[in-house]
Amino acid sequence: MSNQNDTEKPSGKQEYNITVYTENQIGLLNRIAIIFTRRKINIHSLNTSPSEIESIHRFNIVVQETEDVVRKLSRQIEKQVEVLKVYFNTNEDVIWQELALYKVPTDIIAEKASVERLLRENGARAVVIRKDYTVFETTGHREETDALIKILQPFGLIEFVRSARVAIIKDSDGFNRKLREFEKAEPGEEVSENEYLNNGQKIFTM
Amino acid sequence: METEQKELSNPAGVETIEVSGSVALLEALITEGTDVIFGYPGGAIMPIYDALYDYKEKLNHILVRHEQGGIHAGQGFARTSGKVGVVFATSGPGATNLVTGLADAMIDSTPLICITGQVFAHLLGTDAFQETDVINITTPVTKWNYQITDATEIPEIISKAFYIARSGRPGPVLIDITKNAQIQKFDYPGYTPCNHIRSYRPKPLIRKEYITQAAELINQAKKPFIIWGQGVILGEAEQEFKTFVEKSGIPSAWTILGAGAIPTDHPLNVGMLGMHGNYGPNVLTNECDVLIAIGMRFDDRVTGRLDKYAKQAKVIHLDIDPSEIDKNVQTTVPVWGDCKETIPALTELIKQKEHTEWLQKFRDFDQNEIDAVIHNELHPASGELTMGEVIHQLNLLTKGEAVIVTDVGQHQMVACRYAKLNKTRSNITSGGLGTMGFALPAAIGAKFGAPNRTVVAIIGDGGFQMTLQELGTIMQSGIDVKIMILNNRFLGMVRQWQELFNEHRYSFVDIASPDFVAVAAAYGIKGRSISEREDITTALQEMLNNKGSFLLEVMVTKENNVFPMVPQGCSVSEIRLK
Repeated sequence: MSNQNDTEKPSGKQEYNITVYTENQIGLLNRIAIIFTRRKINIHSLNTSPSEIESIHRFNIVVQETEDVVRKLSRQIEKQVEVLKVYFNTNEDVIWQELALYKVPTDIIAEKASVERLLRENGARAVVIRKDYTVFETTGHREETDALIKILQPFGLIEFVRSARVAIIKDSDGFNRKLREFEKAEPGEEVSENEYLNNGQKIFTM
Repeated sequence: METEQKELSNPAGVETIEVSGSVALLEALITEGTDVIFGYPGGAIMPIYDALYDYKEKLNHILVRHEQGGIHAGQGFARTSGKVGVVFATSGPGATNLVTGLADAMIDSTPLICITGQVFAHLLGTDAFQETDVINITTPVTKWNYQITDATEIPEIISKAFYIARSGRPGPVLIDITKNAQIQKFDYPGYTPCNHIRSYRPKPLIRKEYITQAAELINQAKKPFIIWGQGVILGEAEQEFKTFVEKSGIPSAWTILGAGAIPTDHPLNVGMLGMHGNYGPNVLTNECDVLIAIGMRFDDRVTGRLDKYAKQAKVIHLDIDPSEIDKNVQTTVPVWGDCKETIPALTELIKQKEHTEWLQKFRDFDQNEIDAVIHNELHPASGELTMGEVIHQLNLLTKGEAVIVTDVGQHQMVACRYAKLNKTRSNITSGGLGTMGFALPAAIGAKFGAPNRTVVAIIGDGGFQMTLQELGTIMQSGIDVKIMILNNRFLGMVRQWQELFNEHRYSFVDIASPDFVAVAAAYGIKGRSISEREDITTALQEMLNNKGSFLLEVMVTKENNVFPMVPQGCSVSEIRLK
């Protein structure tokens, strides 16, 4: 697991993005979740989906914690038999997005709003347009998706949903390549070890 | 689809035989070297038991009296033999009765495989009779668990289970097998033991840089101190460890699970760590300049108050489990890896040394402890019997060759403090979880794991009553276990705390007991109860010489306290002698 955060804030809690590469195995979500719940830590956001490598899944977990706690959590997660690799990063170290969908009544929105301006200003697009309702979609940080709620509320917003966060690590240095090495039959020692010394304090791995 | 799969697993020219899932399971166990199983049958595991009927010659199934007894027996077996303990239980209550033992094995890193029966796959989630979600119940207390719903999975999953249970930091694995998979016939492809799982790294790679850094620290140290735990035993590195200790000349102390890795009277063995450990090792933890922790996890009962624990020392931590590094104590040099390999690498780089003056400090503290505590405990001139003098007399008779199995509480601390151990795998106790009721069933398993050794179960009057039904297992299996009950008519450790910290408010610690000798007699086990000093030696002799099991009850003084003691929330240097 790696900590690629240069600015150490040992005392304060902040948002951390934990990235977990796993086998696709029933029950593993529970095994990972209880590592948090056992310590009474709330998971703010959780996304799990297949990675670019077949049969390997990627979890993105967001928690509000101190670095020390997150490091310990990450080690406990990496200890699980079906977990290949864990990284943790602060928000500054990742590019992240959330996807949001907004369902609004078509007649009101078409009549009262300048739909084109609304879409342009919010980087949104229409996914479905029906006689009775229209669904817009946007991606962005929490504030951005929140902002569109405020805008659409006066036009009779019917339903809203936001996805979990997905995040890509700025400094990840081609994990795709490493991940592919996991597919080899022999234990890929280089993959799981030996990063710490090469990168000094910057990267912590086992 | 069905036929297609069959063809895949049965390529032309290779002959396979059709067997049931149950037979495949038993064949897998035999290939892995299992010869004894502790178990209890029930509805959902009946097909496996039916298959077992034909395997009586190869697999010795010990019928326990309760599944908790079964799993503790499995633990005792694993701890004395170094092999994986195998336990069978049925679904529902059978499986839930394993949970305490799983938690115990998890925290004490004991390799176990529990096979539980489960309702038919088509009934999963329907609240069927004796259906319980055992996978989710046991997830936090297993190293790995898996539910098999199709017999074809059995060979591969069992091989993974053995590999996971015993490799790296060992632990318990639970495999839940639905009844249909036990019955289902399939073309048995044979059994291939597993030695690699792509996402699982049992041993972290050893880093030469850390070994070098650690050796430098050790070579420069004026007051180095080694503390070791069960990792040395689990890694089968006792010999390597002894060489390391002797070359370095460093005083070494143990956690209770590490006891016996080097003999009790080795000149560099300075005693036990922790809450009821020895005086010197505790006080001098806060005086050493380099602390070398090997295969131990800085449990709170060992460290006392963490923010005042060894703050002056540079810490070298050798562990196979990277998540243990920096978990409780900040390490200066983390030495990841299997200590069977890291210890010799370290030994090579360190200088031959003697730390005479520093060692003398431990001896001086020892003298204080002998004068204030040990002498009175082991050689009381008058008054009621003490637990310590019984253990001392036992040492004289067994000469440290016996396997000592203890339960939890005062007798456990006294036994761990005073029992003489010449050999590794001789101290079997519930360390991390503190499971009362552990000793009697664990002793049964311990005897199966070490059939040529004398096994003495030392148990309190409280703990014995938690699992005394396992006397039935002893009776039926004819196993030879010496049972020694140190009866103080109290739940002694809780009483001690109530005396010291709750102003003598003895809240529900006064426990009545049956006539233990009569209970044993009812199970056909010989017994004797003593309360006089002059009877100790002859009674112990009678117990040890008896052919077969024997129960000896020793009435000891009611309100004795175990000292020294590091009170909860205090630093190790604040250890009390009274």
